[in-house]
Amino acid sequence: MTEMTGLRAWLLTDTPQSRGQARLASLYQGWLAFRRNPMAMFGLAILIALLAIGALAPWIAPHDPFYQDLTARLQPLGTPGHPLGTDSLGRDILSRLIYGSRITLYIVTLVALIAPLAGLIVGTVSGYLGGWVDMVLMRITDIFLAFPRLVLALAFVAALGAGIENAVLAIALTAWPPYARIARAETLTLRNADFISAVRLHGAGPIRIITRHIWPLCISSLIVRVTLDMAGIILAAAGLGFLGLGAQPPSPEWGAMISEGRRFILDHWWVATMPGLAIFTVSLAFNLLGDGLRDVLDPKGEK
Amino acid sequence: MTPLLEVEDLWVRFPTRTGLFDAVRGVSFKLGRERLGIVGESGSGKSMTGRSILRLIRPPGQVTAAHIRLDGEDLMQHSEAQMRKVRGQRISMVMQDPKFSLNPVMSVGEQLIEAWRVHKKGSRAEARRRALDMLEAVSIRDPERVMRAHPHELSGGMGQRIMIAMMLIPDPELLIADEPTSALDVSVQAQVLQIMDRLVQDRGMGLIFISHDLNLVADFCDRVLIMYAGRVVETCAADKLHEAKHPYTRGLLNSLPRLDAPQKRLEVLRRDPAWAQAPSVRPS
Amino acid sequence: MTLGSIAITMLGLLFVTFLIGRVMPIDPVLAIVGERASPEVYNRVYQELGLDRPLLVQFWLYLLDVVRGDFGTSLLTARPVSEDIARVFPATLELATLGTLMGVLLGVPLGVLAAVRRGSWIDQIARVVALVGYSMPIFWLGLMGLLIFYGILGWVGGPGRLSIFYDGMIEPVTGMILIDSALAGDGTVFRDALSHIVLPASLLGYYSLAYISRMTRSFMLEQMSAEYVTTARVKGLSERAVIWGHAFRNIRVQLITVIALSYAGLLEGSVLTEIIFSWPGIGSYITNALLSADMSAVLGGTVVVGLAFVLLNVFSDLLYKVFDPRAK
Repeated sequence: MTEMTGLRAWLLTDTPQSRGQARLASLYQGWLAFRRNPMAMFGLAILIALLAIGALAPWIAPHDPFYQDLTARLQPLGTPGHPLGTDSLGRDILSRLIYGSRITLYIVTLVALIAPLAGLIVGTVSGYLGGWVDMVLMRITDIFLAFPRLVLALAFVAALGAGIENAVLAIALTAWPPYARIARAETLTLRNADFISAVRLHGAGPIRIITRHIWPLCISSLIVRVTLDMAGIILAAAGLGFLGLGAQPPSPEWGAMISEGRRFILDHWWVATMPGLAIFTVSLAFNLLGDGLRDVLDPKGEK
Repeated sequence: MTPLLEVEDLWVRFPTRTGLFDAVRGVSFKLGRERLGIVGESGSGKSMTGRSILRLIRPPGQVTAAHIRLDGEDLMQHSEAQMRKVRGQRISMVMQDPKFSLNPVMSVGEQLIEAWRVHKKGSRAEARRRALDMLEAVSIRDPERVMRAHPHELSGGMGQRIMIAMMLIPDPELLIADEPTSALDVSVQAQVLQIMDRLVQDRGMGLIFISHDLNLVADFCDRVLIMYAGRVVETCAADKLHEAKHPYTRGLLNSLPRLDAPQKRLEVLRRDPAWAQAPSVRPS
Repeated sequence: MTLGSIAITMLGLLFVTFLIGRVMPIDPVLAIVGERASPEVYNRVYQELGLDRPLLVQFWLYLLDVVRGDFGTSLLTARPVSEDIARVFPATLELATLGTLMGVLLGVPLGVLAAVRRGSWIDQIARVVALVGYSMPIFWLGLMGLLIFYGILGWVGGPGRLSIFYDGMIEPVTGMILIDSALAGDGTVFRDALSHIVLPASLLGYYSLAYISRMTRSFMLEQMSAEYVTTARVKGLSERAVIWGHAFRNIRVQLITVIALSYAGLLEGSVLTEIIFSWPGIGSYITNALLSADMSAVLGGTVVVGLAFVLLNVFSDLLYKVFDPRAK
């Protein structure tokens, strides 16, 4: 392809005509770099498929995920009508997995919104104001970092009561401190920048400066971190579900499904195996995507 | 008499996204027991030349040469194990900044003793005695205390003298000094150079002195190679440097301030792309 | 970390657990007096527990109790929580220690090799091992291990620390059965205990390995491009001596922190593993207490795990000073 189409040329120009064009061009070049990474593209494809499955669940699921058929309990893989078999109450495992993707997406989305936002607020306020506010907020952050995360989440769920929303809250409560650290570090480098002084001279107050000028610049480093944390969030949510502290029966949450299948593991292995494979696939996809994004956005941070 | 070192048609290449990049292009030179200066700006390939003599260019970098002969033996034909016997014992190298080239978590003594014991058979006590002698030879006062010190406790000048001691302790025939004073305070540069020069002379060694500093090389060396864009553009005796003909060398000379011929404005070096295309100058 | 900041962190940890205890939807008075107690009795106990005092005073009293090692009484076992914890903690310690040992012994060489032969097949394997470790739910992998190695192949002992007929045969000295049976010179029990611990410990070891090998690799990559590594090669050292004698010595300090972190992570991560393998450790203890609303036990367990976390951090900081000449 020697001839560039108009849009492509416009995106790849060395002399952008506007801020908007420059921004789109850098996004496009990031995408070109990202596209060269087959593993990351594979992860992206899985996640797009997951979104589609979640959105289309009522149309593609062969059965009602809650419909119990006690005459067809614990059917093995490949049973006609039940390609992934049935569980102890005769419910179709494939349909439950398909509906379960909605719960996974719901949990991941909520945590991925709450935790970085909380971290962003704490980190930028701490970094921008400095002084004793910074000291107190960073002490609190350290205390939360010193806590074992899963045990803290367990204790929170115990205090708030079991359920999806509380599991989300508990995970978010244990996940925000690293974001606060990142946001604070970014704020410290930005705080004394000339353009911030200029905005201040125009009479902008701290709230306006933080929300309008500092937040937008912290976002990209937070996004990379969030993508890399997604797999951890999924595993934590599944763990809480497995312990019976997350989604409650008969909800088709994947962790809870493993917990149900655990009792039959030796004789009817597929009941616990299938949801585990689903969790593995999705968190693997997030890890691959996160690695790819980090290579594009932050090439130095290879770990 | 065979020369100490003969390098013939040396190329160093690195693969990049746009194809192979030639860092060194067909460099040839001979060296006796003398002091040879290699001068060039950063990226001219002078350091790569030094490192490829020791065969230290790691993949994906590629080194080819018709031959690199040390006392008549072709180093290009050596196995990695044979090269290990050459490194340190016959050819050594002092690098730019002792802050980075000394191992930060090993004591000075450990590093010196190790350098001796890699090649020489002998007890720890003898190695230790040699190390102390060597420290004295590079004018370190209180060598016992310095043996116990770690690199972060040393000044730059001291670190570089220790580096020289470490590189000379197995008695090599050739020392490659790659910008040995560029990272040091101006006040100690002369002292370090003087110590290095004395040791090299006393032991009758060959020296390859790599630097970007034309005046320093002219003062310090017997002969000078001028490198540009991976090629040798000119070679001449150090005391004849002001007679150099190549426009690049002339440009470099004219862009330096001179006490004996003050100028209102220093010349700015103008580069000619043709310099990079011309073949390397053959040894004289 | 200075002594002061350790104290503040511990204090914060206790305050958070204390607050969690206060907002728990369980009435501690009812738990003691029972549902049918008269209002007078209820009020008396309410005051005895100090629940009518200001929150900070209550926290102070809680603090005094904790310092004395008093975490209250467990509803489930009707014994002091501190006694319970002293009984279950060694089981977790045994498991996590063995897991960390495996993770270090395999993960460090794997990470070093992956860094030194960057891009080779061993690097690819290390990458896959880590990626799978980061993506696999531990409780599920444990179940699969149980299914395959116990259920199908029968190579290892099943859930629990010992087969039922050996239970109680060994006098607990350290509380760690492997050590106790070895001390008692009882080979049969030792072998039985080993066959039970090998699977859960390997499971934890795998997660530890994934993390440690990844971190080792990135530390080594950084060091291998350092100038002193070139110096070591110029000296004429073999590649092995360059890698282990020079580069590796420079990552020891960072590795210690990573290993401590991974160890602390296993102490916590054992919650799910212990459930799968019916391992009577602190993870099972906290979870069971949680499911039966045994507040004192949950808080006591949380505090102890948090304490272990903080102490491990302090310990790795101390080792830092021993191994890094620059930290003195």
